[in-house]
Amino acid sequence: MTPETQISEYQALRNSAFLRRGRILAGIMQAALFSCAALSVLITGAIIWVLVTESLPFFQQVPFWDFLTDTEWTPVFTEAHYGILPLLTATFWAAGIAMAVATPLGLILSVYLSEFAKPSVREALKPILEMLAAVPTVVFGYFALLFLTPLAKQFIPGLSGFNLLVPGFVMGMMILPYVVSISEDAMRAVPMSLREGAFAIGMSRVQMAFQVVIPGAFSGVTAAYLLGFSRAVGETMVVAIAAGQNPNLTGDPREGAATITAYIVQMSLGDLPHGSLAYSTIFAAGLVLFVITLFFNLTGFFLRRKFREAY
Amino acid sequence: MNEALHIASPAVTTPTPLSPEATIRARVSNLDFWYSKFQALHSVSMPIHNNKVTAIIGPSGCGKSTLLRCFNRIHDLYPGARYEGAIELMPDGLNLVSRSVDPILVRLMVGMVFQKPNPFPKSIFENVASGLYVRGLRNRSEVEGRVEKALKQAAIWDEVQDRLKKPAYELSGGQQQRLCIARALAPEPKLLLLDEPTSALDPIATAKIESLIADLAHDVTVVIVTHNMGQAARISDQTAFMHMGKLIEFGETEQIFTNPTVDQTRDYITGRFG
Amino acid sequence: MSDIAIRAGDDTRRLVQVKRRQDLIFGVVGILVLFVVMGLLMTLVADLLIDGLGRISPEFLTSFPSRRAAAAGVLSAWVGTTLVMLVTAAIAIPLGVGAGLYLEEYASKNLLSDIIEVNVSNLAGVPSIIYGLLALGFFVYALDMGQTILVGGLVLSLLILPIVIVATREAVRAIPSGLRESAYGIGANRWQVMWSYILPSARPGILTGAIVGLSRAIGETAPIITIGALTYIAFLPPAPVTSTPPWINFEWLNSPFTVMPIQMFNWTSRPQAEFHVNAAATGVLLLCMTLMMNGFAIYLRYRLRRTVRT
Repeated sequence: MTPETQISEYQALRNSAFLRRGRILAGIMQAALFSCAALSVLITGAIIWVLVTESLPFFQQVPFWDFLTDTEWTPVFTEAHYGILPLLTATFWAAGIAMAVATPLGLILSVYLSEFAKPSVREALKPILEMLAAVPTVVFGYFALLFLTPLAKQFIPGLSGFNLLVPGFVMGMMILPYVVSISEDAMRAVPMSLREGAFAIGMSRVQMAFQVVIPGAFSGVTAAYLLGFSRAVGETMVVAIAAGQNPNLTGDPREGAATITAYIVQMSLGDLPHGSLAYSTIFAAGLVLFVITLFFNLTGFFLRRKFREAY
Repeated sequence: MNEALHIASPAVTTPTPLSPEATIRARVSNLDFWYSKFQALHSVSMPIHNNKVTAIIGPSGCGKSTLLRCFNRIHDLYPGARYEGAIELMPDGLNLVSRSVDPILVRLMVGMVFQKPNPFPKSIFENVASGLYVRGLRNRSEVEGRVEKALKQAAIWDEVQDRLKKPAYELSGGQQQRLCIARALAPEPKLLLLDEPTSALDPIATAKIESLIADLAHDVTVVIVTHNMGQAARISDQTAFMHMGKLIEFGETEQIFTNPTVDQTRDYITGRFG
Repeated sequence: MSDIAIRAGDDTRRLVQVKRRQDLIFGVVGILVLFVVMGLLMTLVADLLIDGLGRISPEFLTSFPSRRAAAAGVLSAWVGTTLVMLVTAAIAIPLGVGAGLYLEEYASKNLLSDIIEVNVSNLAGVPSIIYGLLALGFFVYALDMGQTILVGGLVLSLLILPIVIVATREAVRAIPSGLRESAYGIGANRWQVMWSYILPSARPGILTGAIVGLSRAIGETAPIITIGALTYIAFLPPAPVTSTPPWINFEWLNSPFTVMPIQMFNWTSRPQAEFHVNAAATGVLLLCMTLMMNGFAIYLRYRLRRTVRT
């Protein structure tokens, strides 16, 4: 090889039309991929923008204080009240019942899967949970309204056809797979050495799970329940179908009451002229819902991240 | 006499003495390298002789792989990598680690084979041709010719010529590694880097690759990192001994192994540390 | 264990027994809970089958909705679902894979990538109905696109985007760094490495995530209700394929539509029991679709794990 051809090697490569086209394509694709990733930020931005601008007419008309304290929500009545409290309490009732179901069951299941089940058993059982997660919410709604509620009426006196109890229970089952999968991940991330230490001082497996693994995975497990709660708050179809669509400030979960999501569904089903006050009420309700879920999502996210960094 | 030469296998090749007209293929000068805050190489300087095998040895963590990976800028894949100094590719003196030099073009000129055989999940043929495709070589007969030549150079042609369309994963570990060597050779690189190419292989596959490397030096300049001193002694012409990110000694392999001038080198070679 | 117990005093022996019993009881409780969960799932499936299986017939699949329960069918609903899913897949998969690839392979650790990361994770938790409000305020009114298949597909693709992104990232992260290094090692540029080496290896994992995402989209009801998709659709959108050139037509994108879960919701919320039968039948079909898709995804992942191990 003569020096001349060598000197030009790098230059030749740099001048190669093929490689130059490749560099241009790579640059274009990098920009395209970045746009895809940046789009997610735009989506969040668009959500906030839409919720704020579309609910603005509502907040211009309704004093914010009334919105927070009025105990009635009757936006389409002639004597309209715009208190978010009835929707909010129903939402928290339903989500609270869901958590009351999902928390103990989820803890038992995730401890069982991460500490007791053999890997082969675990691999066989997880698909069941995934199948449960795959059932469309509208199907759960049907099941809650037309199967579980009539059934539960025989055992719970005073349970109305629309109520918060049954949909709350069903939502608990719905978020269970999600909660179990996150908290089991967290528990399995706890180092083996901690478990060995627990066994070495003579703990039983149960003691080890509850006194070592769960405290060790505490922030991860908590994150799972926060994220689960956020899901329950935002869940729509089950409550829209089975909890009724009547805003009702109630302390009794045997009664029906519209949640925030159920209210949005109910209004969307009717004719909702763009720009009317009724139209902007659903965005106001949506804004409240978004803020609540954002709070729980972010807390859950940072707890989870903190947990991951710890191990 | 030292340990390393005692365990030399029949595949041993007597290192050819450096002829006075031997040219320099590349020259490392005052090379520093940082992984973020950690300085992994301290002012390394050494020549790489044309059509010779240069071995880099040293205890684990001494920076030998780090040095090798500077030659084709693979460090650039990871954030925080920083070079100072130069690796000049002769005769035009192109500084491979200069910021203004495109690492992709460097890799097109410098082939590399890694510790673990890592063929692409494609056919045997596609594996060897992949290095040709990335530089725009599409002419079928030319690609076929160069694939065949590379497979022959890597001494694996006889074993795979009937099954070029088969997935590369069906080959044994040693065959996979020779396939990777063929893949690196196909584009006729200026330098061939071998990063402990036999560390994941059994002794028989290792012996095959060792004799192959010795043959390769007729066509290509080889730089090999190895933790196996016997291997370095058997196949290399020049040897560099590194410790704690510094080049301790560089010289003819025979001299390094029989008569090292630095105590540290002697201690390492005689197995007193490392 | 028993050896220690024999040599130890009575107290210790009792303690060991207590501990063993604790473990046994907890193991049984764990299995019991699993059975409860499984039982509930089976009851749900059985309930739907009992209510609705008898209603499923060729007529049910080829009839439009009707005021008479016995004459009603899900033709417009399943056609709508299919077309909306086409749009969803066409948008969500490339965007999600692109974003996942960028976050995993391109983004350096900085404030921007951190923001995107928090953001994707939050999007995954935003209630689906909020996406519906976004679509209503943004696509339907601000962009004046109307209540069309395109808007339905768009909103569902935004909804499942985080699922595809997370699946892509996990699939890409699982690729051994050796493959990446050797691909760069032959002198491939970043895009060539992505396109020819990373993406093919990540494909099964991405596919699994995409299927799970689409199965979620198939069952989504709330965002479609919110954009005000009509529930009574007694016609089909224009066919995507025509008999005259240019053979492909995109007018169906601008057609009004309904989907299976909307149809089911609509029938469930009627007071008459005959419509509940229709709802159950629709539910059976819907369940079949989502469970089959998820089953396929689980199978894919299982096969993937096996090939990775060997």
